[in-house]
Amino acid sequence: MSGHDKSSPLATYLIIWGALLLGTFITYEAAFLDLGRFNAAVALIIASTKALLVALFFMHIKGAHERLLKLVVISTLFFLAILLVLSMADFGTRLQS
Amino acid sequence: MPDSAAVVHGETHNPALLHHFATEQQQRDSSTLGMWVFLATEVMFFGGLFCAYLIYRLAYFGDFAAASKTLNATLGATNTAVLICSSLTVVLAVWAAQTARRTLLLTSLVLTLILGCAFLGIKGIEYKDKFVEHHVPGPSFSFEKVSIPGHPGQYANPRHAQIYFALYFVMTGLHAIHMIIGIGIFVWLLVMSWKGRFTPEYNTPIEMGGLYWHFVDIIWIYLFPLLYLIDRHP
Repeated sequence: MSGHDKSSPLATYLIIWGALLLGTFITYEAAFLDLGRFNAAVALIIASTKALLVALFFMHIKGAHERLLKLVVISTLFFLAILLVLSMADFGTRLQS
Repeated sequence: MPDSAAVVHGETHNPALLHHFATEQQQRDSSTLGMWVFLATEVMFFGGLFCAYLIYRLAYFGDFAAASKTLNATLGATNTAVLICSSLTVVLAVWAAQTARRTLLLTSLVLTLILGCAFLGIKGIEYKDKFVEHHVPGPSFSFEKVSIPGHPGQYANPRHAQIYFALYFVMTGLHAIHMIIGIGIFVWLLVMSWKGRFTPEYNTPIEMGGLYWHFVDIIWIYLFPLLYLIDRHP
């Protein structure tokens, strides 16, 4: 896919690598701060940002010209959301009683 | 898209181009698409476990926090860094194959294998600790008098803690199996690269192996905070 890209992506890879390591460090440090109910949210937001960086730059979703590929990726996230959100809507409201 | 690819790759007798594909670009795109469909099934495979984890974590938050605190978060964070570094070496291997840099390709693949084995080694140390502490679900499981973080005087329910450890071992174990398979794939890629099988025109196996490795990395990026860092703060 990116085989026809003539410019060297080396700098991008190193920046993403640094960002991922920084994200790991922040996740680790933030876990020991008392953020109340936001601890889990912070951890998940950082994890999702890291996953997004890996998918976009290391797995070359960014720059992919194949539309079918984007359809597969988006539908994967869609079905995962059905699995998680609908289950949580059920159990989350049931357990409160 | 096929027209421009045909101009770039004027020759039609490339041995790497299978007969049922019009162009190399089409062949490459088909592999990538197939790999992503496979990864979609893997996301749903792990998704079921993450869903089970979320439901039990909501139900038994205090017990999960107490159990999570017995894990070694420093080793977990180290393993996250190890996997991220291995993702870098994988992406370098893909780039090296696409640009015909043989030394970088072989070095990156060897480094990936070393980092992959380091991850499994650290995971093995953690598993050993869990066996020593009787935190492995089963008849010898013991989780008595462990207080719930933030609730002095309250002890975690061992039955609920056992659910946490069952999820911990299944999720990290399944991830470790994926790592072992990934290492197998990369040993094969290393042998093929050593034989000079990959060229800028044909490096699909390296790209697909790379997609798989990055996917396994993403799973760990979620497993680390969810399993190791529940309610860690004092």
